[in-house]
Amino acid sequence: MSKILIRGAKVLGGEPQDVLIDGDTIAEVGSGLSAEGAEVVEADGKVLLPGLVDLHTHLREPGREDSETVLTGTRAAASGGYTAVFAMANTFPVADTAGVVEQVYRLGREHGYCDVQPIGAVTVGLEGKKLAELGAMHESAAGVTVFSDDGKCVDDAVIMRRALEYVKAFGGVVAQHAQEPRLTEGAQMNEGVVSAELGLGGWPAVAEESIIARDVLLAEHVGSRVHICHLSTAGSVEIVRWAKSRGIDVTAEVTPHHLLLTDELVRSYNPVYKVNPPLRTERDVLALREALADGTIDIVATDHAPHPHEDKDCEWAAAAMGMVGLETALSVVQRTMVEAGLLDWAGVADRMSRKPAEIGRAQGHGRPVSAGEPANLTLVDTAYRGEVDPAGFASRSRNTPYEGRELPGRVTHTWLRGRATLVDGKLA
Amino acid sequence: MQRHLISAADLTRDDAVLILDTAEEMARVADRPIKKLPTLRGRTVVNLFFEDSTRTRISFEAAEKRLSADVINFTAKGSSVSKGESLKDTAQTLEAMGVDAVVIRHGASGAPYRLATSGWIDAAVINAGDGTHQHPTQALLDAFTMRRRLVGRDEGLGQDLSGRRITLVGDILHSRVARSNVDLLHTLGAEVTLVAPPTLVPVGVESWPCEVSYDLDRTLSKSDAVMLLRVQRERMNAAFFPTEREYSRRYGLDGDRMAKMPEHAIVMHPGPMVRGMEITAEVADSDRCTAIEQVANGVSIRMAVLYLLLGGNEPAATHTRTEEK
Repeated sequence: MSKILIRGAKVLGGEPQDVLIDGDTIAEVGSGLSAEGAEVVEADGKVLLPGLVDLHTHLREPGREDSETVLTGTRAAASGGYTAVFAMANTFPVADTAGVVEQVYRLGREHGYCDVQPIGAVTVGLEGKKLAELGAMHESAAGVTVFSDDGKCVDDAVIMRRALEYVKAFGGVVAQHAQEPRLTEGAQMNEGVVSAELGLGGWPAVAEESIIARDVLLAEHVGSRVHICHLSTAGSVEIVRWAKSRGIDVTAEVTPHHLLLTDELVRSYNPVYKVNPPLRTERDVLALREALADGTIDIVATDHAPHPHEDKDCEWAAAAMGMVGLETALSVVQRTMVEAGLLDWAGVADRMSRKPAEIGRAQGHGRPVSAGEPANLTLVDTAYRGEVDPAGFASRSRNTPYEGRELPGRVTHTWLRGRATLVDGKLA
Repeated sequence: MQRHLISAADLTRDDAVLILDTAEEMARVADRPIKKLPTLRGRTVVNLFFEDSTRTRISFEAAEKRLSADVINFTAKGSSVSKGESLKDTAQTLEAMGVDAVVIRHGASGAPYRLATSGWIDAAVINAGDGTHQHPTQALLDAFTMRRRLVGRDEGLGQDLSGRRITLVGDILHSRVARSNVDLLHTLGAEVTLVAPPTLVPVGVESWPCEVSYDLDRTLSKSDAVMLLRVQRERMNAAFFPTEREYSRRYGLDGDRMAKMPEHAIVMHPGPMVRGMEITAEVADSDRCTAIEQVANGVSIRMAVLYLLLGGNEPAATHTRTEEK
């Protein structure tokens, strides 16, 4: 078994320590550990975190391999410091059967860059009408526990209620894409001052908030847990805060882009800023940061949404919605949360690793950095500063809103069960 | 003047007054037996229309031809656009054929802005209406019409619309005409009031430099011009208002309402009018209604814009299209 000694790493941002990996396990954490028989990685005060876990990734395979595949997506994940990603179900065909989720799961294992945990569709074909075979997907080799029609809202209240109830039998969770469909017909951007000026169809905050309000009440009524995808408004934060105060079993995620960017950017009509839910206002951004800091929002999830160039190199209305995010997520969190004094690195580990693993029941991920734990680790050079250059992305797509923007931090190493997937910033 | 005309909001007061004054000069050309200037001889302008609009297209075409430009008309229907060709490819294809200016009408808000700023082409871009965003030459011709009627043809030269009270009535939410007019009229010093049922006023309107009212009758006596915007019948299917009749009763301009306006006040309409909906035939056909004048003024305004944007004095031979790349 191979040994790796990570020397002088600030574990969760604390005092520098040595971490010895033996095989797929963390053997020892301490000072002055022996390097005998071990390959040494000099951490030089870089921050060591548990491998990041993304509860919301679009890998596009099967069906849209022109924008991303399981291979390119997991390489992007490893580059961004992730050791596990949850792959959304809106593929072609839709991941609504055991066959599709097993295929995606197997591809992830074969490539070996990052564990891929498929998310199953809640309804057949994401059509919101008939429950997919949730139990079969759970019992498959993929062991699906998270179900979502993401991209579409499970807007029928009865279907949502039944799904919430049904997955209780095997500890599953429904992750809701909260978007009232009638209120968002023709929606192109956040509805407000900017949309009024630009003449783009409005996506009102209430379309998200009304669904979240309904779903937390449904979850309370049937005693289920519910997860809210990409929460984006200050009002949604208030509703989730209220629900948690009532003891409702709700968790919520925020994307990096909603922590940093606002709808003012849409004034450029550059579709690289087109995303669903849309970029909101400064007030929303500040509320989201605060909510992530105080735990009202549980986790950061990327909603990594690759699109081919032609789907963004066009007029706004014709463009696809979504942004890639796996390779910039940690940097955005460092900028918006750590540097703003809202979260320390232990907090980042909690929001980007421990808690998402817990919500998705990802075995062996999100564990403490201590002896006996699986060696899923990420080493971050937090002092690094650099402009985002999409040409260097491992993702097959380049639709990042951060091109040319200076962001802090860079993941230099990622280990998946003791095997290096990223070494000195290069994929292994 | 900027190189493109994308939004009425981009114009300064002096830019706008210069365009209006230039349009007055252009209008004199229309009074001559030979309605043509050599200004744009050897220059090529393409009218790139992704949306049906015969009126606007013909108006631009007339303006281009009166300035002696070579004109190419491109309409999306029956073209490669309907086969999935992108805006970028279409524009680049046309530019490769040697185009100095692109007049674009597009259903997507922001399409002209993208065309002008994405580095796809070098030609000057003139927005002839994009989605529910802007229609700057319409706002200019409206302002031109107001200045002529309310200030005077000669007295108006060099003047703006300071202190004039302009009321816009109708579907503000879906109207690029309303957005352009609010921007330009504000720049020109006018006081603008928007009147519409609350369903047809955009959320976020509070940041616009104008007043909003839901009551037409109370604004009429305080208006120097009342501009009616077309209300599409299909809007009522989306519950913006209950019925055509109710809309017409509450927000339509009929003879009785027109009588409440000050004597000098005019009625404007960008066309096409839906008679019986936002305007009765009695009002549409009255002397106070400037709808037809607006059409005539449109040609003068578009001549002025093309003249100023394409730097009409510059000889064609010295013009190199790649100079900015």
